[in-house]
Amino acid sequence: MTATTDDAPVTLQTTRLTPAAEPLGPATELPLLAKQSGAPEEVRVRLGAGRHHVFSLAGAAAGGLGMGLLLTVALGLIPLGWLFIVSYLWFLLLYTALVHLRQRAPAVRNSLMTVLLSSAGAAVAGTLGLVVMFTFARGQDALFHLTFFTTDMTGVGPLSGLDQGGVLHALVGTLEQIAIALTITIPLGLTTAVFLNEVGGRQARVVRTVVEAMTALPSVVAGLFIYAAVVMSITHQTNGFAASLAITVLMLPIMIRSADVVLRLVPGNLREAGLALGAGQWRVVWHIVLPTVRSGLTTGVILATAHGIGETAPVMLTSGFTGVMNVNPFAGPQTPLPLAALDYVRSPVPEMVARGFATAAFLLSVVLVLFILARSIGGQDAGKQTQSQSRRMAARSRRDLPRIQRNHARLLARRAANPSDNLQENQ
Amino acid sequence: MSTVLPGTRAAEAQDVPRPLQQLLEQQDYLFRAVTRVGGGIVLAVMALVGLFLAGNGIGAIGEVGLGTFLTTQNWAPETNDFGIAAVLWGTVQIAAVALAVAMPLALGTALFITEVATGWLQKSLTSLIDLLAAVPSVVFGLWGAYMLQPNVVDFSKWLSTWFGWIPFLQVDGVDPGSPLRDTVPYTASAFIAGLVVAMMIVPIQTSIMTESFRRAPTGEREGAYALGATRLGMIGTVVLPFGRGGIIGGTMLGLGRALGETIAIYLIISPVYAINFHVLEKGANSIAAMIALKYSESNESAMGALMAAGLTLFVITMLVNITASAIMARSRSGAESEG
Repeated sequence: MTATTDDAPVTLQTTRLTPAAEPLGPATELPLLAKQSGAPEEVRVRLGAGRHHVFSLAGAAAGGLGMGLLLTVALGLIPLGWLFIVSYLWFLLLYTALVHLRQRAPAVRNSLMTVLLSSAGAAVAGTLGLVVMFTFARGQDALFHLTFFTTDMTGVGPLSGLDQGGVLHALVGTLEQIAIALTITIPLGLTTAVFLNEVGGRQARVVRTVVEAMTALPSVVAGLFIYAAVVMSITHQTNGFAASLAITVLMLPIMIRSADVVLRLVPGNLREAGLALGAGQWRVVWHIVLPTVRSGLTTGVILATAHGIGETAPVMLTSGFTGVMNVNPFAGPQTPLPLAALDYVRSPVPEMVARGFATAAFLLSVVLVLFILARSIGGQDAGKQTQSQSRRMAARSRRDLPRIQRNHARLLARRAANPSDNLQENQ
Repeated sequence: MSTVLPGTRAAEAQDVPRPLQQLLEQQDYLFRAVTRVGGGIVLAVMALVGLFLAGNGIGAIGEVGLGTFLTTQNWAPETNDFGIAAVLWGTVQIAAVALAVAMPLALGTALFITEVATGWLQKSLTSLIDLLAAVPSVVFGLWGAYMLQPNVVDFSKWLSTWFGWIPFLQVDGVDPGSPLRDTVPYTASAFIAGLVVAMMIVPIQTSIMTESFRRAPTGEREGAYALGATRLGMIGTVVLPFGRGGIIGGTMLGLGRALGETIAIYLIISPVYAINFHVLEKGANSIAAMIALKYSESNESAMGALMAAGLTLFVITMLVNITASAIMARSRSGAESEG
């Protein structure tokens, strides 16, 4: 009974609190409500850059640039090449001084460090930009001739113009070599990664250690090995297949490592659920483990391809130099793209150097495309599905339903026909 | 009035787990056999590479003796007068320059990515670093030889003019007072090669450091802020101590890459086969670049000598990498590796 008496005032209070209720006479002002109706709560922590912060940054930057221009252009005390460094140092000095006007030592150090860290990030990003832009800028003369992609270097003399000659032979070489390398690497790499993760045992530990050690193999040493073991003693001439073997030796550990890391992300309970439903180990791997990490594995393959295409040192020792189209990877030299770029820039003729830069720019764009592809595929987490994937999966399980019903009907029919069998199963 | 399940008494008496039997189907045996064969092939390939290098290399070292091999500077396998002293020194020198430039840059970038940048900037910078790792080495080499070198020789000259009293920054054969702009003695040096290699190892160092900084626990971060630390203070007391393994491991993995880098160095240096202590002076060499330069003119015995050099390089990079992964593995707590 006491509970009801206690309850009653509470209900009364709640009706009072709702603003829609018309107050009959003077209502009690609750302190909580009073505060809410008043001025908005003061923001105590403000994240991000404040106004004075932005102003001191901009001011210091302008001042630094001004000082740099004064010393280099106006007064000529320092060579023009130093403009950037002088401006940057003066900017740091000015900025520290400006922050010091308003804040104490720890905050000043903090601001200075933030600027330095940002500079490091900007320097790395800027270098990538410089590398890409410089390669394309130097290569643009040769890159914008269609013949560059449709012809090889047959009959192209040192004095031929940029509208003659191209890298079709190198493109074919790269495609064939990377295709052969991937044909060996993907099945072997995936099988080994599955072996390391799903089978295990002492042998797996040995394999893992050796693979780990092999990631340290310098690329030129891999090339030297293939050169000595295959080119010098078996084929007696450089060829595309030897180059793809060298790429394989380098890609295999990368591939196994990336697949191994991805497979480790598969939650153990997914495997256990499969086993508990009666699937064998092979079925669990094929239907659960591998589909779960499909996007991760694809990303690993694409990134390994991007690295394999860019390998220069090993193919230099094994594929040989030629300017002529050679579609047979097993006989005669077959130059891939990075090697063609290297070969052209070693020539003293400016046209050849321009072709070299154009080849490098083309190679860079191939790698860039592969990288973007890998990013767009690899954006998913392990086990998460996109909408279309889950739709496909639902469709598949709908297709499975009739089969299960059919099997069930058959089982029932068998039991009806043979009751003793039924008895046996129930035991 | 409790229900006694049949068998409970017996279980209490013995208290041992029920023996579990894993029944493998025929296709599971097949699956295991196939993967085992795959692992075996990989093992065989890798062992073949290692044994082939070791066999040929040790044979060549045996011809001149290990001591001579390690101390001779000249490289003339035809007259059986070769050693790796000069090229090994060059390799270490270039790698040291690369590390000195790359390490602060990578540390700063990694801290910028994890602690300063947010949102799209953080994401795109991470992608950019990964992209930088995928840029082919020949592109970096071209950039270094045709763009960086002409621009950086003035800096080399300035450095050696003002700091030439430091022994390794000295450059022989130039007159600092000469009014002529003579930059040729400063080209093709270990310093310039090291700068290009630095840009090539920044991505791997940055990504490993970023990964380890991300693992610094949020509780400790917030604790530092709550005690009134600035961002710098928080980084110094929480992020860096927690990420120490990542910093050391990432730096060493970068070192391993720097030691094995070939094409960029090959395009920039003018090879010498003598120990050159002057970093800024024209003329340098590295084991990898020497292999790329010498392989084509090598007969059977000269090939053995190159194998010996390659083996030395491989052993060094392997030691560096194994140390790096040991340091990184120890800094990671065991709980995180569990899915």
